[in-house]
Amino acid sequence: MNTPRPEDFYRSMRLIRRFEERSMDLVRSGEIISGIHACIGQEAVAAGVGAALRTDDIMLANHRGHGQLLAKGTDPGRLLAEMAGRTTGVARGRGGSFHPSDLTVGVLGSTGSVGHGAPLAAGAAWALARAGSDRVAVSVFGDGAVNQGALLEAFNLAALWRVPAVFICENNFYATTLPVGASVAGTVTGRAEAFGIPAESVDGMDPEPVYAAAARGVARARAGEGPTFLEFLTYRFEGHHTFETTTRLRYREPEEVARWQQRDPLALQAGRVPGGLRERIDAEVEARLEAAVRFALAGPKPDPADALEYLYASGLRTRPGVAARPGRVRMARR
Amino acid sequence: MTKLSYARALNRALAAEMERDPAVFVLGEDVRHALTNVTAGLFDRFGPERIMETPLSEQGFTNFATGAAMAGLRPVVEYQIPFLLMLVFEQIVNQANKFSLMSGGQATVPVTYLLPAAGWRLGWGAQHSDEPYSLFAHYGVKTVVPATPSDAFGLFASAIRDDDPVVVFAPIGSLQMREDLTPAELVPVPIGLSRIHREGHDVTVVAIGHLVYDALAVASQLEDQVSIEVFDPRTLYPFDWDGLAASLARTGRLVVIDDSNRSCGMAAEILATAAEEMSLLAPPRRITRPDGAILGFAPELDLTLQPDRRQLADTVLEVVKDG
Repeated sequence: MNTPRPEDFYRSMRLIRRFEERSMDLVRSGEIISGIHACIGQEAVAAGVGAALRTDDIMLANHRGHGQLLAKGTDPGRLLAEMAGRTTGVARGRGGSFHPSDLTVGVLGSTGSVGHGAPLAAGAAWALARAGSDRVAVSVFGDGAVNQGALLEAFNLAALWRVPAVFICENNFYATTLPVGASVAGTVTGRAEAFGIPAESVDGMDPEPVYAAAARGVARARAGEGPTFLEFLTYRFEGHHTFETTTRLRYREPEEVARWQQRDPLALQAGRVPGGLRERIDAEVEARLEAAVRFALAGPKPDPADALEYLYASGLRTRPGVAARPGRVRMARR
Repeated sequence: MTKLSYARALNRALAAEMERDPAVFVLGEDVRHALTNVTAGLFDRFGPERIMETPLSEQGFTNFATGAAMAGLRPVVEYQIPFLLMLVFEQIVNQANKFSLMSGGQATVPVTYLLPAAGWRLGWGAQHSDEPYSLFAHYGVKTVVPATPSDAFGLFASAIRDDDPVVVFAPIGSLQMREDLTPAELVPVPIGLSRIHREGHDVTVVAIGHLVYDALAVASQLEDQVSIEVFDPRTLYPFDWDGLAASLARTGRLVVIDDSNRSCGMAAEILATAAEEMSLLAPPRRITRPDGAILGFAPELDLTLQPDRRQLADTVLEVVKDG
């Protein structure tokens, strides 16, 4: 796999940034009713990891996953349609912003239990290895996940069975409102090192070192050398969820946010791309997103009659919430 | 003709499915040495990649199975003790069982969860004696409770072939049961289909799992006084409501015997549906463990909390008198 050029990272990150900004507009206008967990500020991790993966590799995303999906190759229009609850969405409007699966690019989905994507990825990775392929599985999670038992169990299983998995921690220093210093005893990388998994802590505000580390982990996995753990130090510029625009929780000092914004990964990468090319990419991204929003909002909303479609893979139909055929009382008088 | 025990039937079904489909593999604790007998002989036959011995990491390996299933395999996960299903309840109910809908039909999760020792065992006390099948039925996870060796073979095989998550409860009370079976009788049994073990015309007794044997004993004991139809749902979810309606159309009376707690238990659902949608001659009745029952260690404390034949016989006679 060729190392991506600076403009490739820039294009990917610009798409993610502008996708999230457009999505926040659609939250404000009421088109995305769930709100979103915007990943603005963390684009370098998504772009760097995505560039190290092939389309046929498997990914378990997390709740802050739009950038992860886009970098894995998901079509922005189909992702936005999903977030707007349209049948043209990647999961036909059944997953929404929180649980978008897109198996066309290997994204199995994201699960609500924080950190539980790690054992899902370990199992998927093992299945890929057993099939004799060189495909790998990655699980992306935040710093909050490293305190989950299931994630630590997954590390143990993955190391024990040498599965081709890469565990990606986007450490943005807050689990919703809880700072990492108040939640993590020991270190984040120490979690993986305890199981003999090679672990690195890497600057997550620059796509180049992110890519280099992810590519090393993926190469190890493809070569059958087992799992790798990567911690990327990053920061989210927005709230945990768009509900923070109204709740205005004060768990981070504005000075801290401003300090990190000085290290805006998109600005950093923009500086590595010649101006003319950058403008062309910006225009291309705008046009792509304009089309994506149009596609998303033009998509049909699901028919309520189909609410339980896909409930079972086997097609089982279940009883409705109201009896279709009431019975008859013919009890004897007592 | 083979005299096949229930435990051996589970083993035979698993071996047959593993032979038939290389995607089938087992995850569980002590499976290499077949502590529960379900995997007896299979480690030597299929090797460590298909009989995977796990550390004590139930949440981890339950989700590992889900991930492997979504990537094309067909895992069978064994749990030695019923409460372990509560430890992994979230992984099964909120993750494995929701991926099909959440992904808009892209993902399938064909995992079988096998509980080869569900329910009470003398002296094993409070934490080892539950049969938490009602919880899974409530959440719409396919749930089977085979009572007999042939159904154990047939429903376990069907569960493995099913494209959705399926929980298989093998009641401890059934494990030593034996049945004369020809090879032609060792076939998959469709999920969602009930079985009438004994026909009758006065009252339908719905008996779950090993309680089928108690219901049959009571039916014989009372045969001079009342004609009991013994109805074995076999699958609790999806329940064979048409089968129950047909039975009640013959008998008009219903008693359910269910070895789980009373509130929101499986028996409650069966009574509610019969009362709401079917025709009855007398108020339906149920025999269960008491509300919120926790079995104490001493035998005097636990046996008294479990549904028994005397309760069933008394209740049947009352229902017949009622209408």
